[in-house]
Order: sequence, then structure tokens, then C-alpha cells
Amino acid sequence: MALDVLIVDDSAAIRKILQRVLIQAEVPLGKVHEAGDGLEALAALKLHTVGLILSDINMPNMDGLQFLSAVKAQLATKNVPVIMITTEGSSTKVMEAVSLGAAGYVRKPFTAEQIKEKLTGLI
Amino acid sequence: MTHEMKVAAIRGAAHNVFETMLGTKLQDGVPRQVDSPMRTEGVVALIGLAGDWAGTGAFRCSAEMARKVSGLFLMQEFTAVDEEVLDAVGELANMVLGNAKTVFEETLGPMGLSIPTVIYGRNFTTRSVGHNEWTVVPFELDGEVFEIQISLAQRQHGRSAGSAQQAHVSSVSAMEP
Repeated sequence: MALDVLIVDDSAAIRKILQRVLIQAEVPLGKVHEAGDGLEALAALKLHTVGLILSDINMPNMDGLQFLSAVKAQLATKNVPVIMITTEGSSTKVMEAVSLGAAGYVRKPFTAEQIKEKLTGLI
Repeated sequence: MTHEMKVAAIRGAAHNVFETMLGTKLQDGVPRQVDSPMRTEGVVALIGLAGDWAGTGAFRCSAEMARKVSGLFLMQEFTAVDEEVLDAVGELANMVLGNAKTVFEETLGPMGLSIPTVIYGRNFTTRSVGHNEWTVVPFELDGEVFEIQISLAQRQHGRSAGSAQQAHVSSVSAMEP
């Protein structure tokens, strides 16, 4: 069954690369929605239902951790798995993301195999 | 943190990012320390770091190198330095300096990282207010050079750490041709 995905990153380059990596990871992709920050992502979630969210942390306007909190606070989206993909490697940020309900955490730079591994069991 | 420690952190991060995301190997150049604003042309991505230690990191390269690394990153050819190229260079800077920051934090404590600011132009200087000593780490890719630079200073005792965006008070000045 095709999986609709929301990719949230302020870099268009990373959004494009993540789409390519999802294909390489043999994810049965449906529609891919994109957002440049947390606010845009919340707006996209009002319009579209997705089965997976990949989100950066360090973004303008609303960062990834604030976005993750908002997703987990809403009935319609709280069960959607969110994987954080970020350069932030400090254990504090990882712990914060996990405590807020992130399903996984991948550090940039990443490989298709690492993304695939994180998706195992989630989709 | 010594110059050598900064060089080692930046080299480790740059090799990791370029091998993983661009599928290419870098050659190390000879690092140096400079203490004055750098006159330059091409593309510069600036990122602020803030914590008990604060400063600025930069990724500097020629327009040709910016097109080359963006092409490797996105697997497409670029004939000009456009929005996609500037975005790609900003993200490469973010990944390299973000990974180096994780190493710096082991010695210097937690730091925030700002959103990259990317500048493309000719004959300009960049200056980071209050930080004049830069560690410059060059790399060679297919015969062309790019540089990663970092300037960090301990904040005065008693001052609030602030945010990375606040610390990222770099200025750019155009020079006479």
C-alpha cells in the first residue's frame, strides 16, 4: 500500500535528497508533501493525511521539536510516526525528541540504509 | 580548544559529509590561522554558534566549486549559481559545521546552531563582530579548493548565552573593484 509522506526541512536540497533516499530504501511511496518549517508543516497536515513524517530540527519560524510537540498534541496526527533527521547530534536534543514522541532519530549525513533501518517496523 | 583540535573536528566532519552525501573523497590542505577579515569572492555560507563559547563558522568556495559540489549533492548539473546551488551550499555548511559542533561541545559545552546565511558575490569581506582569530581548513576536490573556517571565543562571564542567531552577527562589506 502506497505511503503518503511529509518531509519538513528548510533546505530544498535535503527535501529532494530525502525523496530520492526513500525510493532507494524501497519505501512504497504515494504522495510526498513538503514543508520548509514547522508552521508550513502544520498547515500541510490540515490539508493532507500522511503515514510518515520526516522532520529536521533546526528550522526558522517553528523548529522541529516544537512541530513534533504540536503533532503529538493533535488527535488526528498523534499516531503518525515522526523521524527526526538533523545535524543536531547532542544527547540532550536526542533525549528531548524521544521524550516528545519521536519514532526515530537520524543524524545528517545519512545513507539510504540508515533511513531504511529506521523505517523498519514503522511502515 | 586548540587550533589542532578545531582542525581535526572540521576535517572529520567534512570527510564524513562528502563521502556519505556526495560519494567523493577530499584531499586535506594545509590549515592556517588568520586574524583579519577575509576579502573574498564566490560563495560563502555563514553559520552562528552560541553557548558559553560563541562565534561563526563559514564555508567558502568559488562559484565553480559551488556548482560542482551542488551537482554531486543533488545528482544534477548546474550551469549557474542559482537558488538551488545556494541552498545546497548552505546545507553542506550546516552538516559540516553541525557535525564539528558536536565535537566542539565535548570540550566547550552545549552550543546552538543558527540557520545558514549564504552570500554570493565578488570582492567582499566578511567580519564576525568580536571574533578576529579564524582557523582556516582547506580541502581539495578535483584540483579545486574550498575552505571551512571557524572563529570561536569564550563569552564574558555573567553575560547570557543568547541564541545562535543573536551570536551570528557577521557583517559583509562590498569592496571597491
